[in-house]
Amino acid sequence: MTVPSALAIASEVTDPEMPMLTLADLGVLREVEEEGRCVRVRITPTYSGCPAMATMRDDLVSRLRSAGYADVRVEVSLSPAWSSDWISERGRRALVEHGVSAPGPAPERTGPVPLSLLPTRREVTCPRCGSGETALVSEYASTACKAQYRCTACLEPFDHVKEH
Amino acid sequence: MSTEDLDKDHDSVYDGLLDADHAGDDSQWAFGTDFEDPLAGVDTTLPDGADAGALAAYCLMLGDDALIGSHRLSQWSSRAHDLEDDIALSNIALDLLGQARLLLARAAAADPGVVPELPEGSPVPPEDALAFFRDEGGFRNVRLVEQPNGDFAETVARLLVTSVWRLALLERLAGSRDTVLAAIAEKGVKEVTYHRDYAARWVLTLAHGTEESRARLVAGLDVVWPLHDELFRTTDVERTVAEQQVGVDPASVADEVGVLIDHVLSVAGLERPTRAAAGPVAGGTGRDGRHTEAMGPLLAKMQVVARAHPTGLW
Repeated sequence: MTVPSALAIASEVTDPEMPMLTLADLGVLREVEEEGRCVRVRITPTYSGCPAMATMRDDLVSRLRSAGYADVRVEVSLSPAWSSDWISERGRRALVEHGVSAPGPAPERTGPVPLSLLPTRREVTCPRCGSGETALVSEYASTACKAQYRCTACLEPFDHVKEH
Repeated sequence: MSTEDLDKDHDSVYDGLLDADHAGDDSQWAFGTDFEDPLAGVDTTLPDGADAGALAAYCLMLGDDALIGSHRLSQWSSRAHDLEDDIALSNIALDLLGQARLLLARAAAADPGVVPELPEGSPVPPEDALAFFRDEGGFRNVRLVEQPNGDFAETVARLLVTSVWRLALLERLAGSRDTVLAAIAEKGVKEVTYHRDYAARWVLTLAHGTEESRARLVAGLDVVWPLHDELFRTTDVERTVAEQQVGVDPASVADEVGVLIDHVLSVAGLERPTRAAAGPVAGGTGRDGRHTEAMGPLLAKMQVVARAHPTGLW
């Protein structure tokens, strides 16, 4: 039997608020360095005020320690800033399977940020019935990183992970 | 059944978390069992030629704008007109709180001398010490962010002005020679973009809504306006950090902010308010630690629990 690497173990830790996603699928897990029984992990917050950072750190420390790594350090990486483009294909499928709409491509940022006076237009598909007939309810939902939509075909509300 | 057994039946539902199996397993605790350094592993070395004191003072300014603005917005929680906007305002407050935490931690790392002294053995991390153990005169936020919320229209008017201004500052700050500030700003730009869009769209909705909503918005802009000029007044600290290319001179964003606010107002069919600027008090403004009478009660509420338990662990 081969011993799983620290990277393999860290990659299995899930997001505390979206447990269908691993931290690796979410793009929050940036780097895992292993030397003997010591591990250094770098994670990046999705949003500055993300309250889940401490839980992510504790989950990583707990899982790696249980796997026999004596010295586990979890560090913060602030730059480059997290982008929803870092959510993996597997992560996107997992979101939809769990009723959360996955983000489209994040806006390109060159030059000044344009002011947008009209509601954000997105092509959002209902993760429950697959209809494209959806309407934005609010730019903020259960967490800062999601917007709330409703499907006008099946009438169900759902969260959409914002392009960020 | 004895009383003792009864008591046993009514043990806390959290007792299971204390099982021997889980002893020392921090992952059982929603917020961890200790604080983490928000800049853990981030290289906080000062850039060449940057003045530590000025950089720390500048971080306090931007951090306090976010912290006090966040506190005011969080007062909307459970009080907004509908659930969506209640959540939106709370999320905006959370974004700002996150920025405040990073900025205050950056201030403490640049110059530990800015952090208030706490009783020996206190587990309070530097950014919390700065937030909860400084007195009013130590806060460097602009006076606009400390004002009471007023009604929703007034909050929207204030959020329009503060978010247009903050986004303009952060966009430039993303080019700071201080890599920590640059990273905080780069992240903040993405967040404040939403805040600005949210405020601007609500300005239009209220302006084109009913006579009542329009009148309230006009009244809200009137309340906000006298403290608007202060946002572009350059202090010595800001001049120094701008010269050292680690910070932004707020006067340099005045034109852009003016154009954007005028654009929103013109689409809303409104004029710029004409009320006179509030002006400095005894030669100083919020950036100099001179605040309005709204600040004392705000700090009292925000700080009371932390100050009652300076050695408490949360």
